[in-house]
Order: sequence, then C-alpha cells, then structure tokens
Amino acid sequence: MKRMNYYLQVLTVIGINIILAVSLNLVSGFTGQLSLGHATFMGIGAYTATLLALKLHVPFIPSLIFGAAMAAFFGFIIGVPTLRLKGDYLAIATLGFGEIMKNILLNLKITGGPMGLRGIPKVTNIYIVAAAVVVVIFTLNRIMISRVGKSFIAIREDELAAEAMGINTTNYKILAFTIGAFYAGIAGGLFAFLFRYINPNNFGFMKSIEILCMVVLGGMGNTAGAILGAALLTVLPEFLRSVSPLISQYRMVFYGLLLVVMMIVRPQGLLSNTSFYFRRISVEKNAGKGGR
Amino acid sequence: MALLEGKNLTMIFGGLAALDSVDINIEKGEVLSLIGPNGAGKTTLFNLITGVYSPTKGSISFKQKEIKNLKPYDITRMGIARTFQNIRLFGEMSVLDNVIIGQHCRTRTGVFGAILRTSAVKSEEKKVRDRAMEILNFVGLDREAEEKAKNLPYGKQRRLELARALATDPDLMLLDEPAAGMNPQETNELIGLIDRLNDMGKTVLLIEHDMKLVMGISQRIMVLDYGKKIADGPPEKIRNDEKVIRAYLGERSRKEVRAC
Repeated sequence: MKRMNYYLQVLTVIGINIILAVSLNLVSGFTGQLSLGHATFMGIGAYTATLLALKLHVPFIPSLIFGAAMAAFFGFIIGVPTLRLKGDYLAIATLGFGEIMKNILLNLKITGGPMGLRGIPKVTNIYIVAAAVVVVIFTLNRIMISRVGKSFIAIREDELAAEAMGINTTNYKILAFTIGAFYAGIAGGLFAFLFRYINPNNFGFMKSIEILCMVVLGGMGNTAGAILGAALLTVLPEFLRSVSPLISQYRMVFYGLLLVVMMIVRPQGLLSNTSFYFRRISVEKNAGKGGR
Repeated sequence: MALLEGKNLTMIFGGLAALDSVDINIEKGEVLSLIGPNGAGKTTLFNLITGVYSPTKGSISFKQKEIKNLKPYDITRMGIARTFQNIRLFGEMSVLDNVIIGQHCRTRTGVFGAILRTSAVKSEEKKVRDRAMEILNFVGLDREAEEKAKNLPYGKQRRLELARALATDPDLMLLDEPAAGMNPQETNELIGLIDRLNDMGKTVLLIEHDMKLVMGISQRIMVLDYGKKIADGPPEKIRNDEKVIRAYLGERSRKEVRAC
C-alpha cells in the first residue's frame, strides 16, 4: 500500500512537471525566447493560491485559477520591458527577475519569509493533476495549430520576416510569455496543495534550470518531447535511488552525467525529428475536408 | 497621384549617409526598378519604406498617409509587402504555412478563439488555406505545399518569398534582388511572374542587378550611387545616361575606353 502511494506520488509530480515543461516549451521552444525564470511564475501561482486558501479560505479550484491568473499578470508585467531584449540578454533579465521575486518572498511577512507557508490542505491528487495536464495540453495544442501558434513559430524562425508579414512581434512574444506563466502558475498551485508546504527555495533558479533541462532533453519546440523530458527527469532520480545504496548516494552525479552524455550524443533532444506533429495532424484532417 | 511618395529621404548611420536627400515617387500600377552599385543605398531605401528604419530626415507617404514612424507590421497592413535579399523564410514551417502566415494581417483569430475553435475560426482557417493554395498555384509551388520551406531548392525558395509577400494582399510589392542566384531559365520564369503580378494591378518596386530583367520589365528605372539619386527615367534614357555609365564603370575605365 505504501509502495502504491509512492508510485502515485511520483506520477503526480510527473504531471506537475509536464505542465511546467510544456509551458516553458511554449516560450522557449516554439516562440524561441529563452527564459531562465520559469519557476518564478510557478512560485507566484503557488504563493497566491496558498495565501488565498489559508487566509481567505477560498476553495481550491478558484485559488488555483486565481494563482495562475496572478502568475500570468506577472508574466505580462515582466514581459513588456524584457521581451524587447533578445537571446542572452533576455535570459539574463529573466534570471534577474527570478532572483528579485525570490528575495521578495524571503522578506515579506505574509509569505512567511524563509520559513515559507505550512499547513496547506492536501487536495492535489493524481486525478486532479491528470485533468489539469489534459486541459493544459489540449488548450496549448489548439493555440499551436491556430494563427496565434503559427505566429509564435514564425517569430522563432525569423523575427524580421515575421514583422514584415504583419505580426506585431513584441505583442506576440508577451502573449506567449503570459500564457506560459499562466500554465506555470497552475503547476505551482498544484504543487503547493500536494506537498502542503512551500518556501522560496522551491521556486528558485535551480528549479527553472530543471524545467529547462526537461525541455531541452525532450527536444525544443516539441510538446511530446517536453512531456517525455519531464517524465524522464522526474523518474530518473527516483529510479537511481532505488537501484542500490551506492548508486543512490551518487544519484545526482549520474543524473548530471546523463545530461552531459545526452547533449553530446543527441543535442537536438529526444524527439526533435518529429517536431510540429501538431501541424501535420491538422493538415491531414483539413485536407480530407477540403475536397469540394 | 503617386501611390508612394518619399521626399528628401536621408539615413545616416554613425556619420555615414547611406541615403542622402533622395526623392522617390511610385505611380500606381507601374514597375519601377532601383539599380546602383553595391552599397549605393538601395536596400536602405527599402528598409525605410517598410519601417525597419525610421529616416533621419525626410518623409514618406503611402496612399497620402505619412508612414515614416509606423512599425513594419502596420505598414504591411496598409498594403506594402516585401521580399528579402538574403532569403528569410520560416524554414522549419511548411511551404503552405509560410503563405498562411503571410495572411496574418488580414485575419483576426485570437487566443480564446483558437482554444474554443468556434465556427467563425474554422471558416476563417478554411478561407486562409484556400487562398494560400491559390497563391501557391499562381507561383507554381502547389505541389510542394507540404514540404518544409528550408528543403526547397534555391529558386523555389525565392518564389516562395514572393508568394508569402503576395499573401499579405499588398498594393505595393518591394522585391529585393528576386533573381539573385537564379539560372537564366528561372530568371525568365520570374520575369513572367512579375509581369502577371503587374497585370493583377500590383505596383512593383524592384532592386535588381540582372540588367536583362531590369530592362525587360521596368517602366521606369531609378539609379542610386553613394546614397544619392543620379538618374530617374525610362529604360532607354537610363541606358545612355552619362552619370549612370560612369557610376557602373568608374571614371578611370571610361578614360581608358576613350584612350583606346
């Protein structure tokens, strides 16, 4: 029974990480804007949802959605000045934003400072997470096959040409950032109501990098890849833990080693060759219809 | 009344005047070629018209509206489309999607529409797809619709750039060296294509080095040299213009020719 619970817990965490990975993939993989602060939006979602539930006794679902909306709001606010920057500069700016948020969370009274917030009710379970994953991937898919999603990819492929096609590139980048932050906020809320305790370190730079690793491992710009990457990098440390006590002790070394080997052997990620499978599906479907 | 009117256009990059007080008029329905040696400021003039740069001095009006401070995407919406000298396609996207993206400024689906996929969204998508196929047909790329843009051979990539620009439904098309790197047969096809565009009522401004193409299809030619306009007129006149010959062959070579 205990073992069963453990597996379910791992599966639930995989689900949360999938949401994080596919949302970062929207920003970095599809739109091509490298963000090193994605966990920050997760944190904003987690703290907002938690505070609403603890202080105002707002029910779970509204807390979760409001947390995501708050994360999206911050995504927008941060996106407006920083998305004028490109490449490395944007990465550093998002990193700086993450550090600022972490320090705010560490110093505010209402967020419990470094002690964080405890006593959160345990609501998140595998079913809720599974439902959230389905909703996130479904909506993301719909966006990606639409005019909006094509614009995101066009920006990644060639920003100047995208602008010449009439795409307001700044607005679309902010839009991608905001949607990505919204999804990350959902993941944060789910996280808080799963572990029942949050502190600023849960949402720091290391978590942002972990999410980025999932996306890169799976293959940038590929939702299926992001899902696979999230699953693998969640399971791997747990698996290494269970193999033998010796390996367990050095499991993070193996984890790091695997990433290094992976980047040498297959730098484009596990699934990048099948990228844009969404489009192919949509084209086939429409090709059948367009017969008359 | 001119479709596009640029007055006294000057563009200075860190002390160097890439364009110096250039006037340009484009009449509705004409094919105007812009020629000149490398570095004469031709592409800079394109970038001013399409809003990539804002001119240091001067004004540009399109359909009687001032456009010099507008962003490229606003200018595209007003009806100016362009192709690029160094091909800038969306390489990972299909040929069809490249043309679909071209219609971005003529469509309106937003995030919520995309998620809900209402019937209005679906019918817009169908319309956009049909129009894209029509355009691919027009440029002769319909069989490559599902191909990734980056996998097309060079000449076809150039034609796809043209198709994508055409998809924005422009009144004025700016083509930056569309025949660069093409073999004679491809160039001939391109001439036919530009002729048909012109017949459709599109006004064309063309940068080109291929003189056969330029002399063949232009109603008027404008010559730039060192950022200044040195000639403007019909092809026959340009062909025999002293200043133009000097700009292309150089002062010394002219003397050498005389000495012979």
